[in-house]
Amino acid sequence: MTAETRDDVVLDIQGLRTYFTTDDTVVRAVDGVDLAVRRGSTLCVVGESGCGKSAMARSVLRLVEPPGRVVDGRILLHPAEGAGEPVDLAALHPTGRRIRSVRGREVAMVFQEPMSSLSLVHTVGNQIGESLRTHHRVSRKEAREHAVELLERVRVPGAARVVDSYPFQLSGGMCQRVMIAMALACGPRVLVADEPTTALDVTTQAQILDLFADLRRDTGMGTLFITHDMGVVAEIADEVAVMYLGTVVEQGPVDEVFHDPRHPYTRALLEAVPRMGASRAHRLPTIRGTIPDPGDQPAGCVFRTRCPEAVEGLCDTTVPPVTVPGPGRRVRCLLDEGPAAADAPGGGTAVPTGKETVDAD
Amino acid sequence: MRRYVIRRMLYMVPTLFAISLVAFLIIQLPPGNFLSAYIAELSAQGQGVDNAQVRALEERYGLNDPFLVQYWNWISGIVLSGDFGQSFQYHRDVADLMWDRIGLTLVLAVSTLLLSWAIAFPIGVYSAVRQYSVGDYVVTVVGFVGLATPNFMLALIFAWISYRYFGESVGGIVSREYADAAWNIGKVMDVVSNLWIPVLIIGTAGTAALIRVLRANLLDELRKPYVTTARAKGLPEWRVILKYPVRMSLSPFISTIGWILPTLVGGEVMVSIVLSLETTGPLLVEALRNQDMYLAGSFILVLGTLTVIGTLLSDLLLAWWDPRIRYQHVERV
Amino acid sequence: MGPLPDRPPPPEAPSAPAASPAAPDAAVGSAANEALPGDAPQRVLIWRRFRRNKLAVTGALVLCAFALVSVFSEFVAPSTPDAYNAARTYAPPQRIHFVDTSDGFDLGMYVYDYRVERDPETLANTYTVDESTKIPVGLFVRGEPYEMWGLFTADRHLIGSSHPEQDVYLLGADRNGRDMASRIAHGTRVSMSIGLAGVALSFVLGLVLGGLSGYLGGRVDNTIQRAIEFLMSIPTIPLWMGLSAAVPRDWNSVQTYLAITVILSLIGWTDLARVVRGRFLSLRQEDFVTAARLDGCGTGRIIGRHMLPSFTSHIIASLTLAVPFMILAETSLSFLGLGLQPPVVSWGVLLQEAQNIHSIANAPWLLLPGVAVTVAVLVLNFVGDGVRDAADPYR
Repeated sequence: MTAETRDDVVLDIQGLRTYFTTDDTVVRAVDGVDLAVRRGSTLCVVGESGCGKSAMARSVLRLVEPPGRVVDGRILLHPAEGAGEPVDLAALHPTGRRIRSVRGREVAMVFQEPMSSLSLVHTVGNQIGESLRTHHRVSRKEAREHAVELLERVRVPGAARVVDSYPFQLSGGMCQRVMIAMALACGPRVLVADEPTTALDVTTQAQILDLFADLRRDTGMGTLFITHDMGVVAEIADEVAVMYLGTVVEQGPVDEVFHDPRHPYTRALLEAVPRMGASRAHRLPTIRGTIPDPGDQPAGCVFRTRCPEAVEGLCDTTVPPVTVPGPGRRVRCLLDEGPAAADAPGGGTAVPTGKETVDAD
Repeated sequence: MRRYVIRRMLYMVPTLFAISLVAFLIIQLPPGNFLSAYIAELSAQGQGVDNAQVRALEERYGLNDPFLVQYWNWISGIVLSGDFGQSFQYHRDVADLMWDRIGLTLVLAVSTLLLSWAIAFPIGVYSAVRQYSVGDYVVTVVGFVGLATPNFMLALIFAWISYRYFGESVGGIVSREYADAAWNIGKVMDVVSNLWIPVLIIGTAGTAALIRVLRANLLDELRKPYVTTARAKGLPEWRVILKYPVRMSLSPFISTIGWILPTLVGGEVMVSIVLSLETTGPLLVEALRNQDMYLAGSFILVLGTLTVIGTLLSDLLLAWWDPRIRYQHVERV
Repeated sequence: MGPLPDRPPPPEAPSAPAASPAAPDAAVGSAANEALPGDAPQRVLIWRRFRRNKLAVTGALVLCAFALVSVFSEFVAPSTPDAYNAARTYAPPQRIHFVDTSDGFDLGMYVYDYRVERDPETLANTYTVDESTKIPVGLFVRGEPYEMWGLFTADRHLIGSSHPEQDVYLLGADRNGRDMASRIAHGTRVSMSIGLAGVALSFVLGLVLGGLSGYLGGRVDNTIQRAIEFLMSIPTIPLWMGLSAAVPRDWNSVQTYLAITVILSLIGWTDLARVVRGRFLSLRQEDFVTAARLDGCGTGRIIGRHMLPSFTSHIIASLTLAVPFMILAETSLSFLGLGLQPPVVSWGVLLQEAQNIHSIANAPWLLLPGVAVTVAVLVLNFVGDGVRDAADPYR
């Protein structure tokens, strides 16, 4: 995936800022994010809860609810096969006709809690068919047939029966498959998945991740996948972006980032993942402190209050610029020495995939 | 679903029995009875009372029988032959007195219900969707005032205004010229033209309450994730709102059928007295005051039964409306 | 839930009293910390949010005024509720003037006297304003003597005529020439207190039965729920009317007052019981309750220390919203002549005078007690809603 050109990019987010303005504070949930989602590839955005990854995902389809607002930046949706000009979603009216024609048809979304994200009083078939009926002239019957096909495609057993049932009669995993079927209804070019596996148990989670991987291969959709789980990133991502307090602190191809994390925060996250084979006496490291109040961000580098390597007089005064340590990689750290950095510091640099047994230490 | 309906209907039987018992208990509660009050009145006027005659009357109405015997005579008469007993005061069959008035009360109740829905639905939705807009504030304040004003006050104010500015005193659902006429188009039109004011007055508090309930529920529902899901599909905003959160928050509307009748009867009593309408209210109050026991007891029984039927209807409608209730009961049965 | 400040191991009793002074605060605080950012205890946060709600704050101020009038009604009233003057039947309200410009410029309150004409046939009085005679009005004036709280005799009134021979009728007079302002002031005491007493009684019933129902569940819950459903399926007003009609006419006013209170609360408790039960049911599932149970807390302690603090504000809100309901019920019953009876003065009793279209037409000020009802109910609703919104961390 090193040879991609800009032509592959379907969704290009540039300098996105989404702020939540309340009575006395402005919470800068997303504060200048640049990301690019490529066709047929998965970009994982990873970070702690409250880092703004969810607000970022919702900003793409302009689904941020007041008092939240996209205040700056561009969200360019590139047309299929290079035909026509890209659309800047950030410039559209959030309830207007233009953004509505994008929602569900070109960019679809899957949400975190399948149970509460589906209406409990409408049948599964009704909710899946609805996307189709909104964007295309389709009869009720055709929509239902298509819904059955979609359910089969996301491997729901007994799709013909499930299509007429209500979400509260299904399990969480089934509901998430329904959500995915709903998202696939109009064959979107970009799928935004906001922690789609978080609310599920581990085995179901693995199945859903497999499903995502297959769908990416079969459909060539670009996927923006939000998660807080490094294991999930290892499983599914082509590229990864690490978010902290509204900014992307490090991004790049997943193997490179995992093997050679440049930002102290990325390193800390990777070290905090439990590994098989690690000695029992070895206590899992944690990141000290807690995320600062988002309404009151630290000056300089946002991570410095929790950074073990922070340098006084530097990190608390200067906002770190973006450095490019390698192709496709970007890091925001004042201590990063750029491409010259040869070896990764420390020993805990193995890839925690959750599947392989990594021989650490 | 059918089993749920049957179960729900069987459940009504003990409730109705209990209501009949309570109704009879209530009318037995005051010390003395119609006869003793009547005798006291007669002696106050200086008329002698023949003890033998009193005893004969007591015998005839079974006033000295034990409570349960009296209850049994009353309820068996109603259930077996539709005989609600005699009104002491009017010396007429209770059934004759009652049905006419209950008919009008029902007409009033149903019209008020429909009007409340028609007004509350759009306003409630608007008020929630445009929360904190000027319109929302106006609706909220007006709604609060409507809730806070006893409806007999509204009736009094209305009576005062119409007297003061139109020089006529209000009253009656059926105008004088139609009082004895058979039912025809003219009489119906006349009733309709007289009906809307009491309907408006009685419905005020209920409408205001409905608006508040709908607004609060809708505000809760509007923040639920499934609304965002619907938006993410690209549905137009009005369709998102009407199809999902509004549908979810409409349950209180359906539940109103259950409680609207007792509330209406309550509100209607006061309004009817002020506006002198020929409904159940004034007659019930009079019967209670005069210890006209069979009349009062039958009213309470019939109104209670209507409430129970209303609750049944609203439960069945809710089950039809909300699949969760439907399937929950199917599973449990 | 952070480390529990109070974790008494069963055998070690002495440690519990040592922890208890701080414990209630800690319980409130921990509930708040879970739901809200910041370190302020929940009370403070609720108060902060409540203060931001202008309508609720205004309501609370008006409510205070009502409370003051109820407590000091004898003093606030310009006269006594029973003092009558046959020459002043249906006297219209007199407007207070603050500045006297008849000769020069004088500050000081006064009203104009009436010119009365008596219709020889109907014996009705007609009043016109007589601008030539002024009756001075003062604060803290001597007037009709009264028994303050039934304890001591006094004759000072907050406002009234400074002229010993002449009365003023700021809000008009009724059919017996009694001062409406005084009657409304005394009615405020009765109507507000019956609302409070009724709510207090239904509160006890509702809290106990709802709490039992929600906490114990099972058969107890089932029985209580059936009872509530039954009580709710009886149309309230006919039931009230039936029960009130059963109150013997020869009972004295205190007995009637108590009886009406009991009747109102007998039916009013069901709503509160439902609220309490629902809260208990949902709280029972909460992790912090499970944590407390696993820590070996007894049932009483779990309810008192862990569950109650997290929904007292909801209960306060429900109570505030139940008071206006009671007031409306009392007013309606008394209006029908089934509730309180004269000589007791309540808003409903006063409104009985306004039942007749002719008396309203001639003396619309007889509707003023109804305005008092509306305003009282309105402000109670504002305050109740304000408390509920402020107490709910998710709004």
